[in-house]
Amino acid sequence: MSAIGQDIPRRDGYAKVTGTATYAYEADVDNAAYCVLLQASIARGQVSEIDITEALALPGVLTILTPGQVEKIHQVDDTELYVLQDGEVDYRGQIIGAVVADTPEIAHHAASLVHFSYHVDEHDSTFSPDRHDLYKPDRLGTGEPTDTKTGDIDAAMRKAPHTITQTYTTATNHNNPMEPHATTALWQDDALILWDSTQGVHAVRTTIAQVFGLDTDQVRVICPYVGGGFGAKGEPHPHIVVATLAARALPGRPIRLALTRAQMFALVGYRPPTVQHTRLAADEHGTLTGIALAAVNQTARITEFTENAGSPTRTMYAAPNRATSHRLVVLDVAVPTWMRAPGECPGMFGPEVAIDELAEALGVDPIDLRVRNEPEVDPDSGKPFSSRNLVACLREGADRFGWADRAPRRDGDWLVGTGVAASVFPAFTMQATAAIRYDQGRYIVEIGAADLGTGAWTVLPQIAADALEVPLEQIDIGIGDTTYPRASVAGGSTGTATWGSAILTAAEAFRDKFGDDPDDGDEMEGSISKPPFHEDYATYAFGAQFAEVRVHADTAEIRVPRLLGVFAAGRIVNPRTARSQFTGGMTMGLSMALHESSSLDPRFGHVINHDLAEYHIATCADATNVEAHWIDEHDPHVNALGVKGIGEIGIVGTAAAIVNAAHHATGVRVRDLPLTLDKLLPGLP
Amino acid sequence: MRPFDYRTPANAVTAVQAVTEHPAAAFLGGGTNLLDHLKLGITHPDLLVDVTSVTADTIEDFQGGLLIGAAARNSDIAADYRVRTRYPALAEALLSGASGQLRNMATAAGNPLQRTRCPYFQDPTTPCNKRRPGSGCAAIGGFTRGHAILGASTHCVATHPSDMAVALTALDATVHVLSAQGERTIPFAELHRLPGADPTRDTVLDHGDLITLIELPYSPIARQSRYYKVRDRASFAFALVSVAAALTVTDGVISDARLAFGGIAHKPWRANRAEQILIGEPATDATYRLAAEHELADARTLDGLDGGNAFKVPLLIRTVVSVLRRLAEEPR
Ligand SMILES: Cc1cc2nc3c(=O)[nH]c(=O)nc-3n(C[C@H](O)[C@H](O)[C@H](O)COP(=O)(O)OP(=O)(O)OC[C@H]3O[C@@H](n4cnc5c(N)ncnc54)[C@H](O)[C@@H]3O)c2cc1C
Ligand code: SF4
Repeated sequence: MSAIGQDIPRRDGYAKVTGTATYAYEADVDNAAYCVLLQASIARGQVSEIDITEALALPGVLTILTPGQVEKIHQVDDTELYVLQDGEVDYRGQIIGAVVADTPEIAHHAASLVHFSYHVDEHDSTFSPDRHDLYKPDRLGTGEPTDTKTGDIDAAMRKAPHTITQTYTTATNHNNPMEPHATTALWQDDALILWDSTQGVHAVRTTIAQVFGLDTDQVRVICPYVGGGFGAKGEPHPHIVVATLAARALPGRPIRLALTRAQMFALVGYRPPTVQHTRLAADEHGTLTGIALAAVNQTARITEFTENAGSPTRTMYAAPNRATSHRLVVLDVAVPTWMRAPGECPGMFGPEVAIDELAEALGVDPIDLRVRNEPEVDPDSGKPFSSRNLVACLREGADRFGWADRAPRRDGDWLVGTGVAASVFPAFTMQATAAIRYDQGRYIVEIGAADLGTGAWTVLPQIAADALEVPLEQIDIGIGDTTYPRASVAGGSTGTATWGSAILTAAEAFRDKFGDDPDDGDEMEGSISKPPFHEDYATYAFGAQFAEVRVHADTAEIRVPRLLGVFAAGRIVNPRTARSQFTGGMTMGLSMALHESSSLDPRFGHVINHDLAEYHIATCADATNVEAHWIDEHDPHVNALGVKGIGEIGIVGTAAAIVNAAHHATGVRVRDLPLTLDKLLPGLP
Repeated sequence: MRPFDYRTPANAVTAVQAVTEHPAAAFLGGGTNLLDHLKLGITHPDLLVDVTSVTADTIEDFQGGLLIGAAARNSDIAADYRVRTRYPALAEALLSGASGQLRNMATAAGNPLQRTRCPYFQDPTTPCNKRRPGSGCAAIGGFTRGHAILGASTHCVATHPSDMAVALTALDATVHVLSAQGERTIPFAELHRLPGADPTRDTVLDHGDLITLIELPYSPIARQSRYYKVRDRASFAFALVSVAAALTVTDGVISDARLAFGGIAHKPWRANRAEQILIGEPATDATYRLAAEHELADARTLDGLDGGNAFKVPLLIRTVVSVLRRLAEEPR
């Protein structure tokens, strides 16, 4: 029986629920010292004076790192990693020092005794799409062009009998994984060991080796378990450099460093706010003649980041006249980064609400309108889709959800409505190598991959078992260590496809060489090193999301008693872990729709609701019924395994479905997230 | 965070003595608010005097009412059968606050004495008159969604965050206080104060004043009480606005009423004016609305980076109507 497709419990589940899984901060080391970061309390300027006398005098304080008083490091692409080299302050909350002490308590106490003076420069942290200093980045982070244009969208808008021109906005969101970013660093015998909470041990090794001018062989990064990342642990952030600086200043002494929740709001990235100027043109039958999205987001002065919110508009619907663009506002703020489905997640909010608005204007069902505008080939590249089952998702979702009788209704004090939106996420692969070794009846599969709670520990053995044609029980797996072969970062929903493909190649090579009866010690490697995007096909996963929303007729309180998603995402390796990815994404989408918003106060330049009491994330009581289904999709083209990524698509479209449902319930159209009750209140009778 | 001493005194008198003699000492209840403040650097006591074992943690019958020990845990109070039947608004208020884990720790005295959740108060890198007198009020001109619409001053526009305190205000509770001078009682509605020119003080308590008991009087109307909290998520969020109400309706006419609001002022807001309007009037939406509008006649709303808090006025009026209507329609 094939292991792929089986409902296999998580291999790491027992260790996690019993608390025996060790995370980065808990690395099993002796005599650790503790490192606490010091942060700038201005948004722009220079540190002019530092008084560490009092702190240094505290018994138990080992060293205090201050700007310019640490070892010289190398500049790399990510300029934010050039920490403590000088006293420049580029945003409020930036690292300007660190205290290392025998205990965390002493370190925190000493941290409160370090006093900084600044030369303060004027700062600018006000995001607005109407600013005159918007600029066009060279290209998007995905490598795609910044702007695209086909036909004449302006003419299409002028001619069309039905048009929608609206501006939609998404809020600043912070990734907020449950496990804070943490590093334990040990410099000993000319070698560095980092236990780091990361989405990619090899990426951390490469970057840190560069920063410190070390051979990669001198650096080992270990990370068996990650308590979530959502992109915020996709690339090394400055605290890892600080932990390493401290470790190198105190050879032989392991250094533990964990960010506080508040520090995570400054130091490890976030999804920047987006403004999406959206235009749709349609003929009287609802066939789109034009579709356009102009996106603006904020970025940080020290490192550029573009949220590619225009990407999904390029592929979703057919229309002869099309345009997308991206512009940036540079501010004195913390550096944005990837957050679950960067680009697609915010970028499917505006267009999918706009489609709903168009359906309403035309008096057609929003599902029919989407079906009517299905493209035959990818409108952007002209390539055929390797598989595209959006329509099947919409239809099956409609059946399961009970879409047919969707008239808005009142149930006691509650106004009830329903909404739908589409989801999309590209399916691509990165580069990875896997090794397979045979030893005493067991196959040991090793790959420097990461499991962020996604299920890699569990699904990679399933892929290996089938590739080797042996029972699952015979597979051992090792991930999360740079002693294993180089593998890509867990990001872009590429993990299973990429690492699985590497394992598949390794297994084929292993069987070619050693057959089905190998000897102890037989070992083989296999790699995947194709370009990320398919040459002949446009490869995407699709989905449809349905929401029921209830709005209290008096207070406008909003509840989402039902969310249902149907996805077409290639072969599902393990329904249990897959369901958790889909419903996790949808729950995070609900959270984005109703709750999440980082309050950046431009007067100070930082986010002031920087804790989980004030930065709201959906609670269990908010996400009471989240259901995910998938259609049986066989995609022969996407990759040899036929799998597409599933980690991110679940969050794409959820917010639009909820906002559309709230409109259906109340008649009030909200175009900026989060959807809070004060935005509905004025429209209620 | 700075080092501090921790003491478990022998009895309430020595607890009071320890704090009174020590200007930088503080009483420690469940610690769910105070310890956060230590970690955030909002306050720096060098001595914590744990009072959870020197005040009662029981709930006793007393002259038809109840005496709640200062150390009684929030979850125990909410689960008490007498509280649930005689003062349902109090049980509902407690259960609407925080989370199960926090309520298991939080004490009867600590809850009403928790401090504002104004984000600027909680961030020592920003100006705040409540935290650092004279430094200014960063909330004014900042994010004001959670801030006050009644009774604020130019020095501070913070709101009091406790749900329990709103119910206690409506239900005519009294606090028993022990100080170096002896015992005294304070009507609950007079415990908290408006910010005026000195927002550093949340209550009328002096340093060394220990709350020992909270007294709930015999109150037939309290059986017909309810607490309703409007917030930004279904659970684990502070009130945008909240209403504690009790109503007696006889032959369609309101014969008695208790009304208090949360989330809108520096203290739990007893709606005396509204109560006056309600009594003797027909139990209709129009009456409820008129009463709420009257109470909010002096409301001053704030602009803000988040759109401000003006929405609280219509929201509170609508919530009052909703709660009173339900109380009248579905007597408990
Ligand atoms: C994430 C989070 C969410 C929350 N949500 C809510 C909510 O929705 N609604 C709500 O109402 N609350 C909420 N709370 C607050 C919670 O209810 C309070 O923290 C708790 O009630 C405080 O009680 P405590 O016993 O832990 O007080 P402590 O933290 O121990 O003390 C609080 C204050 O009271 C003083 N004190 C304690 N006991 C006495 C005494 N006997 N006499 C005199 N002074 C004393 C202390 O010195 C201190 O100043 C939340 C808290 C958190 C952390
Ligand atoms: S409202 Fe009050 S607590 Fe908030 S910043 Fe102003 S003074 Fe401080």
